[in-house]
Amino acid sequence: MKLYDLVQDGCFKVLNEGSTSEREILAPYCCDLLSVAMGRMPADSAWVTVMGNVNTLAVASLADAACIILAEGSHLDEPALNKAKQQDITVFETEMPIFDAAFLIYQKLHA
Amino acid sequence: MSNMIHMSYEVPPGDFTRAGEASSNLKSSLKKMGVNPEIVRKVAIAMYEGEINMVIHATGGKIDVVVSPEEIEMVLKDQGPGIANIELAMQAGYSTAPDNIRNLGFGAGMGLPNMKKYSDEFKIESTVGVGTTVTMKVKME
Repeated sequence: MKLYDLVQDGCFKVLNEGSTSEREILAPYCCDLLSVAMGRMPADSAWVTVMGNVNTLAVASLADAACIILAEGSHLDEPALNKAKQQDITVFETEMPIFDAAFLIYQKLHA
Repeated sequence: MSNMIHMSYEVPPGDFTRAGEASSNLKSSLKKMGVNPEIVRKVAIAMYEGEINMVIHATGGKIDVVVSPEEIEMVLKDQGPGIANIELAMQAGYSTAPDNIRNLGFGAGMGLPNMKKYSDEFKIESTVGVGTTVTMKVKME
């Protein structure tokens, strides 16, 4: 599934759309501890988390996440939204629990 | 003629909004040089963890990077409090990060282990009251 497909799908609200919509999403990944995510998240993951600060954006960028999905109704704060725009990272948000959001991605990848 | 490229970064103290800038800059420089993306990812992760440590535990510091055809070397030097027990600090899950840092999603005790995991050579030297120097090398393969 390409990032573009997830943007078009409308299942998650798009907070910022980067220019990398042709990118493939390979798997969902869930973690809120940034160093654990940094060390273990595979490249091209759809990263589902509740952490919406600038460091989340830095980790997503440096560890090559395909996109960030903020679950459980969490939001990006203002500096983080600016950073998402600046670093060209696609960020979604949803009221869904983390598991449900990640499972939805999983289902779409294995449909 | 030298085919090595030197780069230097200052890590400002106590600024979590800017932590990661040095790693981001290095990452885009390496990408532009055409370095293999998997190697770039390893360097970026290892260096970001070091950069964050310099902000959490020290008063920032300096990072020197040398890119050669064989490897990428990163030397991270701070004048922080130093590490009394390096063996303990290297254990996954061991952390001395304060609560405000944990609230940001750090402090899982994975920083140093990640730096070791993502570098091919890892060396840490520390003197209490003087500071810490971490040297990491990632091979180009």
